[in-house]
Amino acid sequence: MSAPLTECLLRTIDEHYSLQDYQSDISPRWCTGCGDNGILTAVQRLCRDEQLPPEKTVFVSGIGCSSRLPHYMNAYGFHGLHGRALPVAEGIKMRRPDLHVFVSTGDGDCCSIGAAHWIHAIRYNMNMTVLLHDNQVYGLTKKQASPTSPRGLKSNTTPSGTWLDPINPLTTSLGVANVSFIAQAVDWIPELLYDIIEQAYRHKGFSLVRILQRCPEFLPTLFDPWVRNPASTRLLVHEDGIQLSAALSKTYRNQEVHDPGNIHRAREVSSLTEEIPVGILYRDDDVPCYEDLREGERPNTPGLVRTVLDEEFDKFTIWPEEQPTDAAN
Amino acid sequence: MEIIPAEIQPPARSIAGASGNRIRLASERVTNGGDGADLVIAFNEQVLLSRVRANELNQDCIILLEDKWRTDQDADIAAAYATVCDELTASGYRLHEVPMEEECLKLVPDPRRGKNMFALGMLCSIYSMDLELAREQVRFTFRKKDEKITLRNIELLEAGWNWAKANLDIKFTIPASRPREPQIVVNGNTALALGVVASGMEVCAMYPITPATSASHYLSEIFEKVGCVVHQAEDEIAACAFAVGASYAGKCALTITSGPGLSLKQEVIGLAVMSEIPLVVIDVQRGGPSTGQPTKVEQGDLFAAMFGGHGDAPKIVMAASTIEDCFYSVITARKIAETFNMVVVVLTDASLATAQQPFPRPHFSEQWLAPPVDQSAIASGARPYDWDPKTGLATRFIPGQPNGMHCLTGLAHDRDSHVAYDPDINQEGIRHRGLKLAAFQKTLKAPALFGGEEGDLLLVGWGSTKGAIEEAVTRLREEGQAVSAMHFKFLQPMASGIEDVLHRFKKVMTIENNWCDQFDDGLIDGENRRYTALAMLLRSRFLVDVDCWGEVRGQPIKPGTIATVARDAMNGMR
Ligand SMILES: Cc1ncc(C[n+]2csc(CCOP(=O)(O)OP(=O)(O)O)c2C)c(N)n1
Ligand code: SF4
Repeated sequence: MSAPLTECLLRTIDEHYSLQDYQSDISPRWCTGCGDNGILTAVQRLCRDEQLPPEKTVFVSGIGCSSRLPHYMNAYGFHGLHGRALPVAEGIKMRRPDLHVFVSTGDGDCCSIGAAHWIHAIRYNMNMTVLLHDNQVYGLTKKQASPTSPRGLKSNTTPSGTWLDPINPLTTSLGVANVSFIAQAVDWIPELLYDIIEQAYRHKGFSLVRILQRCPEFLPTLFDPWVRNPASTRLLVHEDGIQLSAALSKTYRNQEVHDPGNIHRAREVSSLTEEIPVGILYRDDDVPCYEDLREGERPNTPGLVRTVLDEEFDKFTIWPEEQPTDAAN
Repeated sequence: MEIIPAEIQPPARSIAGASGNRIRLASERVTNGGDGADLVIAFNEQVLLSRVRANELNQDCIILLEDKWRTDQDADIAAAYATVCDELTASGYRLHEVPMEEECLKLVPDPRRGKNMFALGMLCSIYSMDLELAREQVRFTFRKKDEKITLRNIELLEAGWNWAKANLDIKFTIPASRPREPQIVVNGNTALALGVVASGMEVCAMYPITPATSASHYLSEIFEKVGCVVHQAEDEIAACAFAVGASYAGKCALTITSGPGLSLKQEVIGLAVMSEIPLVVIDVQRGGPSTGQPTKVEQGDLFAAMFGGHGDAPKIVMAASTIEDCFYSVITARKIAETFNMVVVVLTDASLATAQQPFPRPHFSEQWLAPPVDQSAIASGARPYDWDPKTGLATRFIPGQPNGMHCLTGLAHDRDSHVAYDPDINQEGIRHRGLKLAAFQKTLKAPALFGGEEGDLLLVGWGSTKGAIEEAVTRLREEGQAVSAMHFKFLQPMASGIEDVLHRFKKVMTIENNWCDQFDDGLIDGENRRYTALAMLLRSRFLVDVDCWGEVRGQPIKPGTIATVARDAMNGMR
């Protein structure tokens, strides 16, 4: 009796993944102070806490500073094309429900070149966790305006400031059919960043976390008003949302009890401009996932292919003379 | 073959709005649409004009024309009808005015929904067909409908038969040759879809585009029955990326499109090449560039398929030349894609897509299917791009395989899939990805020659023109001319032995459905002439002075046209 038990225990110990098990042999090359570092840490912690087998976990990204994240994970990674992370992730998930799929995408990647895919990905509601690293600027290509840049932002392509109001990724997402999980986090409150990503991961469906991410290289002071003044951050708390530690609660007094089931309030809160809402804005566990809707009734086997092909061929076949079909009717 | 207008409901009686079917009958196997029509049935004189102007009718063509327009209440219509009839008769066509609607009215309240059966009945009589067989077909076609509908249609069929028998003195007999083995009759797009099922691919991601869509329609009907998915994505870029994602996750997937969609997919195709993900891309070519001629045939995408994306992106390009070939090409393409971890582009076109042709019913083989997704552990120390120095091949690591974790990237990368910063590594990667093409090329045999092994003129083609070119060669050889044909299935890479063939003929000329400059345009000379696509490839690869002939009329090239072109070319040689 005892031998199998020890073996069993040994195996559990053996298979326990530590933080290091999720760190690749490449060290991150983001700038010092870049918010992406904190996002990576949170994701690695999540993988450890959820004990995700690295070989069953896929990190998909587009192109941009933020899209370098998969290189720093010890897991399967897919660092593809600018704007196209979401359709690649959908293709991966479609026939492989056993894989845990994460997507890292920048504000240019997601809300500009990949905007069509972003809208449709929400509608498909495939089970994946999407981290929108929103630094409100193009980092990798060196400081051009992004569709989420605040109006008036001076950049290399808008030396006298941008002319247009930004796209609000939250309200936009909340307007799409089948939306099932929208949250917002900021890189400078790591505790909540982790919490929110964890809830996103645990939600079955398309979970989008917009993360306000600092880019000290190109916009070193952009988020200062919020980083320096906790009162301008509104924490959305709820028993179905995030709960605060005592310490956090003391620093961040601007709190609102927000039920993630309330889409109307979610839209209102998302529209705030002076304050940054942080928390779970919206969650609906009942939206079906596209991959489940499209799951075949029968698995694809050689026998089935043979049967179906023969049935189809029968519809189109002219038989030789001796065949009885002519005489039958 | 179908004649498809650009609009869903083109204005009635418009010249551009002609829609219809071309049928070629013979006692032996028909390989192409043939030359001009010997007999045509038209429901109004205007649509007929479009066929006359396109030179689609033989000089003494028999025309059976709906006659109700002669007495139309609108004087303009009646006048137009009368004028066209006079013109047609004057041009030598054998015009018969037929009261089709009037006759049908005796049986149905709305003759517009029945005169097709009447026309079919006339054809059965004219071509001495067995009326009982026709009745059977009608019963089969309407088997899911109310019995009354079947009966009504049979009555219309018989009415047409009787009317023709009583009023027309036209009779042909083309004896049927019954097949010795079962044949299936489908169009090229249906064949493609059947090929997809037979290939073992499980995901087809697409965005609707003419003339590729009908393949996806039929596939949508049958794919779920074998537990697979047709995903209509938000656009072609997403469709291609979706297929790449599915392929990366274990089994080769496909995307199917036409010219404009191929252009959009190019960046993703490049990613698949760079990261060595197997992918099958089917391009049902239509007229281009831009939106071009959506419903018309053209072979304009060869270079887009080969070189369409940026950078050096070697991929395999093959072309289906018959409807049967559409079926088997998909199976072959999937196999090659997964063996070499490459992108395989299969080119078909609008004429293959809608034309029907019988071919032997395929016998399913499990060999066609893909093996199950490999989830075994990767040996420790193995590297995701451990390129074989001789063949360039590397093993594919699939998510789920323990020890295989790596970050695939579209950036230049080393054997560990790490982003390459070392100048040698980009060279290494490009070299090995290119070597795979050579490794595959070694498996190819030069295409067999049609006609003789050497001679005066060699006609070279690819894709749907095969039947027409070979029929032209047969006619020319019957005239005693030393003409042969060679037809390419693989355009990239090309098989060994082709150069040798080119040298065995005094003149080599490609026949293609894409553009080449003509010397009768004053500005065109030997230094600036643009050649058809295949000619350009052959010239640059083999340094042989290959000539070319091409047209972009949106119609399949006719065997008679090719024969004339070949005769002219040989006259030029003398
Ligand atoms: C088709 C294409 N267009 C443009 C680029 C250049 N490009 C790379 S990243 C990028 C924008 C990066 O901004 P964002 O997505 O916000 O990510 P960040 O670098 O800020 O994390 C651009 C325009 C590209 N790689 N591919
Ligand atoms: S440029 Fe900005 S976003 Fe990119 S790594 Fe540096 S700090 Fe981060």
